[in-house]
Amino acid sequence: MSEAPAAPRTASAEHTGAASLLLTPPKPRSGWRLLPARVLAMCAVELQKLRHDRTELYTRAIQPALWLLIFGQTFTRIKAIPTGGIPYIDYLAPGIIAQSAMFIAIFYGIQIIWERDAGILNKLLVTPTPRSALITGKAFAAGVKSLIQAVVVIVIAAILGVALTWNPLKLLGVGLAVVLASAFFSCLSMSIAGIVLSRDRLMGIGQAITMPLFFGSNALYPVAIMPGWLQAVSKANPLSYQVDALRGLLLGTPAHLALDFGVLAVAAALGITAASSLLGRLAR
Amino acid sequence: MTPDTTAVACTGLSYSFGDTKAVDGLDLTVGEGEVFGLLGPNGAGKTTAIRCITTLLPVPAGMVRVFDHDTGRDRMAVRRLLGYVPQQLSADSGLTGRENVALFARVFDVPRRERAERVAQALEAVDLADAADRLAGTYSGGMVRRLELAQALVSAPRLLILDEPTIGLDPIARTSVWDQINAVREATGMTVLVTTHYMDEADQHCHRVGLMHRGRIRALGTPTELRRGLAERQGTDTLPTLEDVFRDVAGSGLDEQSGGFRDVRSTRRTANRVG
Repeated sequence: MSEAPAAPRTASAEHTGAASLLLTPPKPRSGWRLLPARVLAMCAVELQKLRHDRTELYTRAIQPALWLLIFGQTFTRIKAIPTGGIPYIDYLAPGIIAQSAMFIAIFYGIQIIWERDAGILNKLLVTPTPRSALITGKAFAAGVKSLIQAVVVIVIAAILGVALTWNPLKLLGVGLAVVLASAFFSCLSMSIAGIVLSRDRLMGIGQAITMPLFFGSNALYPVAIMPGWLQAVSKANPLSYQVDALRGLLLGTPAHLALDFGVLAVAAALGITAASSLLGRLAR
Repeated sequence: MTPDTTAVACTGLSYSFGDTKAVDGLDLTVGEGEVFGLLGPNGAGKTTAIRCITTLLPVPAGMVRVFDHDTGRDRMAVRRLLGYVPQQLSADSGLTGRENVALFARVFDVPRRERAERVAQALEAVDLADAADRLAGTYSGGMVRRLELAQALVSAPRLLILDEPTIGLDPIARTSVWDQINAVREATGMTVLVTTHYMDEADQHCHRVGLMHRGRIRALGTPTELRRGLAERQGTDTLPTLEDVFRDVAGSGLDEQSGGFRDVRSTRRTANRVG
């Protein structure tokens, strides 16, 4: 058994000199610097994938465009929904931004099950990445994907004549709300993935919960016109807080921004905790 | 490096899935710099043992040590020493070869200033420099295996763990994967722990092998030792193969026990993806 690393080389002797970096392990990042590094790594992967294949970006823009075009235009004429004096399509636009971002995030668990089946997840779990850091990274990667989707929908809305703000600070707030909410919904999805462990079951559950999450929120109509029990549901639904923040920031309608961001941040933190503790089931 | 440093030590390692004892009292020592082969049919417990050593499955403290770190107690320290290539073809097909390796450079904390260079060196070491900017989805099975090797090497691991690295590959690709493993091992002096059910490969490439059956090591030694031992017991002049040794130690009942449905399915899936 040859112990010497500098043993005479045969086939790939030319690599020995060049591969000097591969002989020294990288210095570990410590403490608080580990989490942002892992989040960045996961977000980078998501962006690289989107760059190689933009199909999903385009196909996912169709549905929100149709919501605004068909549903929005029609209900603007009907004037059946009290919007506080703004055109219905304006009222609807933030709701559709939130909805399209949620649709991306709520099926994110499918990706983690695919990564489990492909061995990618196992390989990541054998790196110096705590499970909570891996989930946080995935959650923000879902946030980045949703954010790009949100930009597309905002552009569509602007083209359809919705009077949106162009204040950069407010748009930054919109981005933050989208990322936080997507982090929550993707963690909800990854938690369910950790419980049901199969793509088919997750698809079914994902579809079953998106409908009540969407219609049980203020995305399409004000909470005030809902029956009492549904208002209670809406109060517990993070999507409502996201839409409230987006509406306030994009249209300048009265909103509860501090409460909205507080709820979204707490929901994201809870989601990350739940998904991290269920991740072990996927690794088994 | 002292020659008798222990890279992996399992003492009485056991792991059960429900009522099924996948690993049942495994004792194993792998020395630093060694290429150690864990052999056995599907379902012998090789992959479960590997998953315990890599911290993927939780084991109590005191059962597994990797370079003096207890996998039950000090997971992060163990993971920093490991390069792991799972049985499935685990490169991300939606990323280029370079991006696949860069991800692992990032999660092993390679500083930004040396990341590009280190990734390039890892790709160079497995002869993928020319294909580095193609999507991994366009790679052949053998190329994906080499890419995974680059992903594992980018962090300069002291222990490389390969779970069935040549499963489903054609003979030429198998040879090429082993050539890369051997070249890298010679260049870095790292320890290699490999599972396989191809006895001929183990005979050719492993310094020592452990024959695993029903969750335990049934025979341990260099391939030649094991084959000579059997020849002596049988009193024959011709040297038997490792496969004969395996049949001998496993005894009867080998066929009924050749892996559950899930193992076979996962093996087939890998074989399919290799194409």
